[in-house]
Amino acid sequence: MPDTLAGTGVLIRLGLRRDRWLLPFWIAGFALVTYSTAVAGAELYPDTASRVEAATALNATASMVALFGRIYDPTSIGALSLIKYTAFMTAILAVLMVVLVIRHTRGDEESGRLELLGGGRLGRDAPLASALTISLGANLVLGLLAAAALAAGGLPAAGSLAFGLGWAATGMAFSAVAGLAAQLTASARAATGLSIGFIAVTYGLRAVGDLAEPGPSVLSWLSPIGWNQQIRAFAGDRWWVLALPVVLCLVLVPAAFALRARRDLGAGLRAERPGPSAGSLSGVWDLAVRLQYRVLLAWAVAFVLFGVVIGSLASNVGELLNSPNAQDLIRLLGGREALTDAFLAAEIGIMGVLAAAYGVSAANHLRSEESAGHTEALLGTATTRIRWASSHFVFALAGVAALLLLAGASIGAGAAFAMGEAALVGRSTVAALAQVPAAWVVTSVALAVFGWAPRLAGAVWGFLLALVALGEFGVLWNAPEWLMDLSPFRHSPLLPVDSGGLPALAALIVAAAAVAALGYAGWRRRDLAA
Amino acid sequence: MVGVVKRFGSVTALDGLDFDVAAGEVHGFLGPNGSGKSTTLRLLLGLLRSDAGSIRVLGLDPWRDVAALHRRLAYVPGDVALWPNLTGGEVIDLLGRLQGGQDRARRARFLELFELDPSKKARTYSKGNRQKVALVAALATDAELFLLDEPTSGLDPLMEDAFRGCVRELRAQGRTVVLSSHILSEAEALSDRVSIIRAGRVVETGPLEQLRHLTRTAVTADVAAVPPGLDLLPGVHDVVVTDHRVSAQVEPAGLGPFLHALASAGLHALTSQPPTLEDLFLRHYGAGNDVDVDAGAAGGTVGAGVDGAVPRRSGDA
Repeated sequence: MPDTLAGTGVLIRLGLRRDRWLLPFWIAGFALVTYSTAVAGAELYPDTASRVEAATALNATASMVALFGRIYDPTSIGALSLIKYTAFMTAILAVLMVVLVIRHTRGDEESGRLELLGGGRLGRDAPLASALTISLGANLVLGLLAAAALAAGGLPAAGSLAFGLGWAATGMAFSAVAGLAAQLTASARAATGLSIGFIAVTYGLRAVGDLAEPGPSVLSWLSPIGWNQQIRAFAGDRWWVLALPVVLCLVLVPAAFALRARRDLGAGLRAERPGPSAGSLSGVWDLAVRLQYRVLLAWAVAFVLFGVVIGSLASNVGELLNSPNAQDLIRLLGGREALTDAFLAAEIGIMGVLAAAYGVSAANHLRSEESAGHTEALLGTATTRIRWASSHFVFALAGVAALLLLAGASIGAGAAFAMGEAALVGRSTVAALAQVPAAWVVTSVALAVFGWAPRLAGAVWGFLLALVALGEFGVLWNAPEWLMDLSPFRHSPLLPVDSGGLPALAALIVAAAAVAALGYAGWRRRDLAA
Repeated sequence: MVGVVKRFGSVTALDGLDFDVAAGEVHGFLGPNGSGKSTTLRLLLGLLRSDAGSIRVLGLDPWRDVAALHRRLAYVPGDVALWPNLTGGEVIDLLGRLQGGQDRARRARFLELFELDPSKKARTYSKGNRQKVALVAALATDAELFLLDEPTSGLDPLMEDAFRGCVRELRAQGRTVVLSSHILSEAEALSDRVSIIRAGRVVETGPLEQLRHLTRTAVTADVAAVPPGLDLLPGVHDVVVTDHRVSAQVEPAGLGPFLHALASAGLHALTSQPPTLEDLFLRHYGAGNDVDVDAGAAGGTVGAGVDGAVPRRSGDA
């Protein structure tokens, strides 16, 4: 083993020990979800006729194609059941792999833990090598378990294996992306942001590519998530496509190691420049803005771009349903306008969830500031706990509202431009703002967890994922009504928003305030974590 | 602080701690790693909440009167963590403004004194420079009380010296300084009084001179002929004789008779090392000999672990 890799084995063991709860939890979660979907799909679509009908309807709905992709074999129960898993769950898997790799590379480097270990016999490349090895192992176990779960759920073995290997290879490709990003930036947060931005871009590429008629355009082939869909598990099992993510890994991983060799421990690729010798930050609010505004700006740009693209797709709705029966159905549903509304409502609902994700990440600054030891210095001054916690929490709430305002306006602008209806801007902006209270409830949950169980700050992501999963798959899983009602997103009024939605909005705001008050109460009375 | 108890889960960090600092003094707060020094300071700041006992700082309750109290004190954490993407100058100014204002002239003077470049990003600072950022931020304020948790960790000897000058200046201005440390020479050089904490209890409190009664002076002497029976004298320990040289550890009460015996034996040369806090430490934390040591020392209960048996030796809380 070359000297630069010395200590890789030790780091792998250390990493596995640190992830001993996280990894099994993720892997088991993915396997369970795939199994239950395979079983539920067979019950929902017992015969070929029902499958073809459902698949044709999905393929004809632009919003569904943009979000989840196409079904390439309408008679295949596997392709139909797993429609939400080839792109959507793959993106979630990619995010998890990014978190895993960054945490063991740039995260440890930034915190100084690698420096502590670096005094021992530890090669320069060992951290990256160990992180990639752990993620390779995790991806393989996850993929094979998912394949076994699908086969156990009654789906064809070959397709199950193709699907599982697709997840493993795609997960590994994004691990390599994260490994490269970790070399580029000096902070773990920036590396994570860069990688997740890449995931979002690849997701968007395949969304646009999949919408092209007749099949996926070249844009889908530019996206690793698109590749995963083009494996077409259960619909032809194109094994050769699996080579694409592998090739990407073979390019990115050596590049990451080459970059690592060119930089110092702790440094990014660019040297630090001196800054101002006197500060203009006049309080904790200024500090919160300073620490958070860049991330919010990045989210805002993404929201506007995504919004315009999604909004402009609205004009396709309905045109794709050309059969006389479908046209009758559209008239029955209230004509094209109602269909456009339903499409925009679905997109705005997704923006609501994404804005909540922003809210959680911004509110979780509280925890990261506390565990970094920054809070201790601030609370040693005349600043009160409540004022400090409010600085990040209020920034999170304001950011959520600003993002949804931008999302609504840009979706509306895209739709209005495509369809020539200026009124759509106002309609979709109001509809997006109606998502704000639900996203605030989730943001407040992050504050409550910070107040009462700060160590579980990461679990808020699990909570949000559970809400998303319930919303997406709750019906498929036969989840009880009361459980699905727990999700604040279920209570947000949909387009067209009128005064009838006001009681629900008021209730959501009250719920957010109550949860936030609970969080403040916990924070007031607990010890500062050392 | 009277009878303060602080538990973290099943671990009792402070176990009936009594701690008292008089206004205008420099108080050394000594103890080994993990003895509860930082926990005590965090309780004084209201960052932690005590499970029992009462705490008053400048007449205020640190848990309830946070803002009013913190306006009057300055704190340097034991582990200084800075925002990696802010410069040292920005951090100093931020902390100063949160504190309620700092003196620009003092800020400039301390930056110069500690030779700190405030235009560098905190990410690039060494441990010592991070420490200086926190020190400058605290010292440039107009606080009545300074709580400094191991303030010289990471500083080089020159900077340590500069820091000592700062503390003396604070005392001359009538400010109160609490200085936690496990570096004994530092507390010894600066403190009017010291408190020694061990396993969550203050086991000794008093002026340095008073505590020196508890310690032994190391004496080495060259004599014409070594008198017999030196090791039988009361209060004389660890006598080592090599040719004409005698070295021994002597309790304060035993110094007179011991020196008298040496003088009458034809004394050529004598060196004595004043008792250091190292000795106090060794006696309190050294292996094995805690219990007998304290038997003669104002009734301490080191190692006895009997609840409520710690006598308060000085002051009033």
